[in-house]
Amino acid sequence: MDDRHQDRHQDRHQDRHQDGNALAGPLAEIFSVDVTAALGRCAACGLNGPLASLRVYGQAPGPLVGRCPGCEAVVLRLVRGPEDAWLDLSGTRCLRVPLGG
Amino acid sequence: MNVAAGWRVARLVGVHDETATARTLVLDVPGWPGHLGGQHVDLQLTAEDGYQAQRSYSLAAPAKGDRIELTVQRVPDGEVSPYLTEVLTIGDPIEVRGPVGGWFVWRPADPAPVLLLAGGAGIVPLMAMVRARRAEASRTPFRLIYSLRTPGDLYYGEELRRPGPGDAGADATLLYTRTAPPGSPRPSRRLSTEDVERYGWPPDFEPTCYVCGPTGFVEAAADMLTKLGHDPRRVRTERFGPSGG
Repeated sequence: MDDRHQDRHQDRHQDRHQDGNALAGPLAEIFSVDVTAALGRCAACGLNGPLASLRVYGQAPGPLVGRCPGCEAVVLRLVRGPEDAWLDLSGTRCLRVPLGG
Repeated sequence: MNVAAGWRVARLVGVHDETATARTLVLDVPGWPGHLGGQHVDLQLTAEDGYQAQRSYSLAAPAKGDRIELTVQRVPDGEVSPYLTEVLTIGDPIEVRGPVGGWFVWRPADPAPVLLLAGGAGIVPLMAMVRARRAEASRTPFRLIYSLRTPGDLYYGEELRRPGPGDAGADATLLYTRTAPPGSPRPSRRLSTEDVERYGWPPDFEPTCYVCGPTGFVEAAADMLTKLGHDPRRVRTERFGPSGG
């Protein structure tokens, strides 16, 4: 396998996850407000917190999975295809989005 | 589509080495809209075979017109950071998306005192807040606690050791975890609750706390703040480095 594959393996090995702040760019493609500052409630355990505090697995532009920092349940999934983005929020009970003003 | 959501082609116009393994990149991004301290950009590299890699990097300073600064820590065997710190040359193009992020940001209109806790490379977005305070001539009280391994790991040393007049009211404390400079009164050790109590703000000042560093540092420091009585709703965190460079 080429060096790049090796590098990616190393990256995964070194660092299991990043945090929800890293979702800001990929979600900015879909929403006109910053959603990482929105307060979400985990459907599994009820923990309430900003999407910025999620544990995010995966690297854009590949699939991203956001897990609850309290119970590790999947709160959000984002898949970016060439033509469409798929956002699965079935693990989120609700989102409160600050709109300013 | 959101203005910040599209990819723009930026050009590298300057570099400045912070340490043996960290380099500040100055990029010219035509039409840059400005940003807040703590916001980041995504950079995208595309290989000849079409393979793409994206990484998030914090903006290190307020924009000067269309010019932005990022500081990139080289991750050994990383996929993107060695390219950015060793290969990318003045004049080279690179794709940028941003500014993005609305959670880990400091807004100059916010009157609350600010407590910044940095672990290693986590200093970058916090330095952007200190520099934004200076650029705005803000008098909001700031305290920065910067935990780092050795003097050779210090980013922005010149600025932090010799603060200018615009930094009055913004105190910086450097705490070393492995090797302290000769004559340091504090032996090198990890950040402790006592350090945060001594060099931070008391909880009844109700500061907004920003914590950035590796995951272990962020979790430990956020726990210390809560233990000292800071309201968890005023503690904002960003984990640095897990993108694997």
